[in-house]
Amino acid sequence: MHIVVCIKQVPKTLDVRVDPVTHNLIRQGMESIINMFDENALEEALLLREKFGGKVSVISMGPPQVREALRKALAMGADEAYLLCDRALGGADVLATAYTLAQGIKKLQPVDLILCGRHAVDADTGQVGPELAERLGWPQVTLVKRLECDGNKITAWRECEEGTAVWELPLPAVVTVGKEINKPRYPTPIGIIRSGKKPITVWEAKDLDVDEDKIGLAGSPTRVTRLFSPERTSHVEMLTGKAEEVARLLVAKLEEHKIQL
Amino acid sequence: MHDIWVVTELVGKDLAPVSLQLLGQARQLADQTGDKVIAVAMGHEIMPMAQELIEHGADEVLVADHPELTYYRTLPYARILGELIQEKKPNVVLMGATSQGRDLAPRVAARIQTGLTADCLELSINKDGLLVQTKPSYGDNVMVDIVIPEHRPQMATVRPNVFPQPERICGRKGKVTSVPVSLQPDDLKTVVKEIIAEEQQASRLEEADVVVCGGRGMGSKENFEQLYALADALGGVVGATRPPADEGWIDPAFQIGQSGKMVAPKLFIACGVSGAVQFTVGMEKSKIVVAINKDASAPIFNFATYGIVGDTREIIPALLQEITTAKESKTGSRKECN
Ligand SMILES: Cc1cc2nc3c(=O)[nH]c(=O)nc-3n(C[C@H](O)[C@H](O)[C@H](O)COP(=O)(O)OP(=O)(O)OC[C@H]3O[C@@H](n4cnc5c(N)ncnc54)[C@H](O)[C@@H]3O)c2cc1C
Ligand SMILES: Nc1ncnc2c1ncn2[C@@H]1O[C@H](COP(=O)(O)O)[C@@H](O)[C@H]1O
Repeated sequence: MHIVVCIKQVPKTLDVRVDPVTHNLIRQGMESIINMFDENALEEALLLREKFGGKVSVISMGPPQVREALRKALAMGADEAYLLCDRALGGADVLATAYTLAQGIKKLQPVDLILCGRHAVDADTGQVGPELAERLGWPQVTLVKRLECDGNKITAWRECEEGTAVWELPLPAVVTVGKEINKPRYPTPIGIIRSGKKPITVWEAKDLDVDEDKIGLAGSPTRVTRLFSPERTSHVEMLTGKAEEVARLLVAKLEEHKIQL
Repeated sequence: MHDIWVVTELVGKDLAPVSLQLLGQARQLADQTGDKVIAVAMGHEIMPMAQELIEHGADEVLVADHPELTYYRTLPYARILGELIQEKKPNVVLMGATSQGRDLAPRVAARIQTGLTADCLELSINKDGLLVQTKPSYGDNVMVDIVIPEHRPQMATVRPNVFPQPERICGRKGKVTSVPVSLQPDDLKTVVKEIIAEEQQASRLEEADVVVCGGRGMGSKENFEQLYALADALGGVVGATRPPADEGWIDPAFQIGQSGKMVAPKLFIACGVSGAVQFTVGMEKSKIVVAINKDASAPIFNFATYGIVGDTREIIPALLQEITTAKESKTGSRKECN
C-alpha cells in the first residue's frame, strides 16, 4: 500500500497581531511546526503501513524551510519526502495549492490513499483535501475521527451535525482527519538518526507537469484585500445587581455581540 | 445574472438553522443590488421544505429530490450542484460551514475552478459589486477580507450563528423548480452505512460556538444538569475543569485545559471555575468569556469579558429564564405557517 500524507508547516504560536500601521502580520517568534492534524494524518498512515506493509510518502508545498517539517516526518517514520518548492508557486490559494499538490502526487503514482489534516491552523480553511480529491477524481471523506481499512476499501467515521456518519468508500481515496483519530508518536532517537539518511526530493515548477496559469498567484482566484486584528476587550466588565438584574444585563451584552439566542 | 444562491441543508428532518440564517443575509445583500436569492435544496422527499425556504427569503427554490440523496454524500451532491452552477451561472454561492458545507463547497469549487472562502463571519458588497468575505485566521487572532475579482461564482462557507435568523413571512410567494437528477455510477461509490445520532459529543466541544463550562464550584453532578439546560438554550456544549471530571460528574473527554481539550468558542461561560493556569490555557482564545464565581478575587475574572460575582445556583436559573424570555420576544424564532 502506498500512502501519501500532505503536510503543511505552520507557525508554532498563533498569537499573531496585525501592525496597525504597516498592516503586516507581527508574529511572536518565528518557530514553525507540522500542522497538528497533519501529524495525526501521518500517524494513521504509519499505523496502516504496519498493518499492510508498503510505504508512506510525505509531500508539502512551501518555502525551503519546510524541509525541517519533512525531516521530522521522516524521523517519525515516513519513508520518502517530497517538497514542491519554487518562487512561481508562491502566493497560491487553495485552488492553486490543491492543483500543484495533485500534479506532484501524480508523479508518485500508484498511490492508494492520501491523508490530510482536517484543516491547517493558520489559514484555517480545510479545503485543500477535498479540492485535491476533485483534481484527482477520487472519492473523499473529511473530518474523520476513526478509520478502518481492509486494503481495498475504507470505513470512515466522520463528524456530522447529527453526530457521526459512517461511510464506506473504495480506494484510492482522500481522507482528512481530526485529532480524535490517534495520538501521534514522537520520533525515537533511532528514527532521528535514520531520517538523516533519507533524502528529501525537491521539485521545482519545471519538474512538475503544471500549467503556468494554474499555479501560484496567477492560479489563485481569491485576493486578500485587508488584514486586521479583531477588537478585543482586555478588561473585565463586572455586572452587578440581583440575579435577575445581572441576567438581564448579560443577555443584553450577548445580543450586542450578536450571539444567537 | 447576479443571483445569490444559498445551498441549504437538513439536520435530520429539519432545515439547518444556518441555512435560514444565510437566506436572511442573502436577502439583505440581494436587496441592496436588486438581485434574486435562490435556494438550492437537495435530499429526498423535501418538497415541503420549499415553501419554508421561500417564507425565509428565497425568490426561487431549486429542488433536487431523489432517493440517492437521502443522506449527504460528497459525489452525488457535488454532481448536482456543480451542474446546476454551470448551467445557471449564479454570481454568489453560499453554504454553511458545517460538516456538509465544508465537505461539499471545496469539492464543487475545484470542479468549477473558482475561489472559495472558508468560515466567513461577515459578508458585504463593495463599491465594485464584489462580495467581501471576512474570515478569521490564526485561530481568530487575525481577520482577513477576501474578494474573488474574476472567477464566478464567488463562493463562501459561513459559520453558523453569525447571522440572525430572518423573520418568516407566512404566505410569501416564490417559484419552486424541480431539477432533474441524473447521477453517474461513479458518484455512488461511497455508501452511507449508518448515522449515529449523539446529543452531546466531546468532539463537538472543540468546534462549538458556545461552551458552558462547570468547575468544582458547581458542587455536584445534579447541579451540572443546569449547565446542560443552559448549553441547550444557547446551542452550546458543556465542558468542565478537572475536578468535575475526576469526581465523575462528567465524562473526562469533556475536560478543558492543558490535559484536556482546547476550545476557542465565540462565547465561553465559566461557572464555579477558579481559573488555574492549567485550565485557562485551554480556553483563553475564546472570544467572549463570562465568569460566574462567588469569590470576587478568583483569577478567572482576569480572563473574563463579563464577570458576575454570585452563586451559580442563583445566577444560572435567572440567566436561563432571561434567555427564554429573550427568545420568545425575538422575531427570528422559528414560526409555523399554515
Ligand atoms: C499537570 C497538571 C495538569 C492539569 N490539567 C488540567 C486541565 O487540563 N484542566 C483543568 O481544569 N485543570 C487541570 N489541572 C488542575 C488545575 O490546576 C486546577 O486544580 C483546576 O483547574 C481547578 O478546577 P476548578 O476551577 O473547577 O476548581 P477550584 O479551583 O476548586 O475552584 C472552584 C471555584 O468555584 C467557586 N465556587 C464555589 N462554589 C460556588 C458557587 N456556589 N457559586 C459560584 N462559585 C462557586 C470558588 O470560589 C472557586 O473559585 C491540572 C493540574 C496539573 C498539576
Ligand atoms: N502547502 C501545503 N502542502 C502540503 N499539504 C497541504 C498544504 N496546505 C494544506 N495542506 C494539507 O491540507 C490540509 C488542510 O489545509 P487547509 O485547507 O489549508 O486548511 C492540511 O492539514 C494539509 O494536510
